[in-house]
Amino acid sequence: MTRTLPVVNEDEVLFWKGGADGKLHFPQCRQCQYIVHPPAPVCPQCYGRELGETTVSGEGTVATFTINYQPWVPDMQVPFTIAIVALNEQDDLRLMTNIVNIPPEKVEIGMRVSVVFEVCDEDIYLPLFEPMKVSV
Amino acid sequence: MIVGEKMTAITGSAQSAVGRRLGRSGLDLTVEACLAAIADAGLEVKDIDGLSTWPGFAEQPPGFSPVGAPELKEALRLKLNWHAGVSEAPGQFGSIFNAVGAITAGFCRHVLCFRVLTESSSAGKASVMGQGERVDGWSKYMVPFNALSAANWTALFAQKHFDCYGTTREQLAQIAINGRKNAALNPKAIYRDPLSLDEYMESRMISSPLCLYDCDVPVDGATAVIVSHIDAAADLRRPPLRIEAIGSAHNSRYSWFQFDDLATQALRDAAQMMWQRTDLKPADVDVAELYDGFSFICLDWLEQLGFCPVGEGGRFIEGGERIALDGELPLNTNGGHLSAGRTHGFGLLHEACVQLWGEGGARQVGGDPKVAAVAAGGGPLGGCMLLTSSQ
Repeated sequence: MTRTLPVVNEDEVLFWKGGADGKLHFPQCRQCQYIVHPPAPVCPQCYGRELGETTVSGEGTVATFTINYQPWVPDMQVPFTIAIVALNEQDDLRLMTNIVNIPPEKVEIGMRVSVVFEVCDEDIYLPLFEPMKVSV
Repeated sequence: MIVGEKMTAITGSAQSAVGRRLGRSGLDLTVEACLAAIADAGLEVKDIDGLSTWPGFAEQPPGFSPVGAPELKEALRLKLNWHAGVSEAPGQFGSIFNAVGAITAGFCRHVLCFRVLTESSSAGKASVMGQGERVDGWSKYMVPFNALSAANWTALFAQKHFDCYGTTREQLAQIAINGRKNAALNPKAIYRDPLSLDEYMESRMISSPLCLYDCDVPVDGATAVIVSHIDAAADLRRPPLRIEAIGSAHNSRYSWFQFDDLATQALRDAAQMMWQRTDLKPADVDVAELYDGFSFICLDWLEQLGFCPVGEGGRFIEGGERIALDGELPLNTNGGHLSAGRTHGFGLLHEACVQLWGEGGARQVGGDPKVAAVAAGGGPLGGCMLLTSSQ
């Protein structure tokens, strides 16, 4: 799918390019362990200025979603699913994303999902989500 | 508590021609609205000592804000004690709130506030983000996932509301159907033919659960209002419409997808603040003009402003009787953005003034309305006001 990619500023490299190892990474406060997203040079919980990095499970829940039917720009393939995924590690750690590898009409709020990366130009790894595989 | 806005009033209001592809410049439309608003107040251009607009001149999206404060100041050679055209504010009424601040600080007596759009001529279709090579700034965590339109972002809130509270498309339809009924009585409205529930239900989806009729219509048009100090308002042409209370709070995440409660929006905080600044109650409101850039935003405002309990909005508007022109809470009496055009909050503000001045003509709310609630903004934007014609 055609996408407009983000400008990757210095403090955003971890998020946009960190997926090269197949995992999701975020800045984390060294003092109170709060995960900060989007990246900022301060912890918004305790105002600590020392931020490290954390790797999360990449698993979460569909908090809400919409199926986009409107081709807003030429060559946009519709329909597709846009969702807000709440990650397991922290209540307010959410991403806007696409749900893939499932027909849009099968997506539901509360569905368990896990990250899958789409590799784009300039080594940008877009975190998309697919339904959790049920272990047999 | 100091409620400085009570020292201010709207003394004049006007709109330019509003329509599809008018082929006129933004400045032309702005001048038309502004000169009319000044005359409406019984003022002269030289009386204007403040100028305020939101969001100020913007190159993108096309037609979203083609005129800034400097261009209008130049066109009318205004002599100003203060001016501001700022995009970073609690919604489209940020320009009004700034004007109130400038007046109560003693900078100005009469502030001209305007909003102009030429989205119909400029683009001919809905504006979307992410048209450059790369995206940066506030939309960069949405655009790469092809969430390009506010329709997508608002649909996410709507779907959450549907899921949490059992709201249905049949219920939401009443925002659009009610708007269309009122638009039939408004000669300036864009869409005036009746809209049936069947037509709504069968219309094409844009971004589920929002269909075509849940999305407003881009237009060309300018709206202007004069905000005056109450002491300077007494002897003007019209009875001043006092700004009884303002809601501009924003206490959660500034984001379309990080707000703490995804079944509502920043408008929740603005609504709460507004009621803390007045003795009036929701039951005192005679007419409501609530932002309907998308139908769901209007439903959310209805709930968060306390016209019905949170989660009950769908059931409140079901059947449409309560929000009809002769209902308990007449809503979006000019047709709203959905049928009268996307004048971005200011058309609704103008309509509130028209109703309080009793000049609504065929669509005038009965019983001499004295209190109006007006609201603009969705997502991280939200601002609201109570206007009252009683002294």
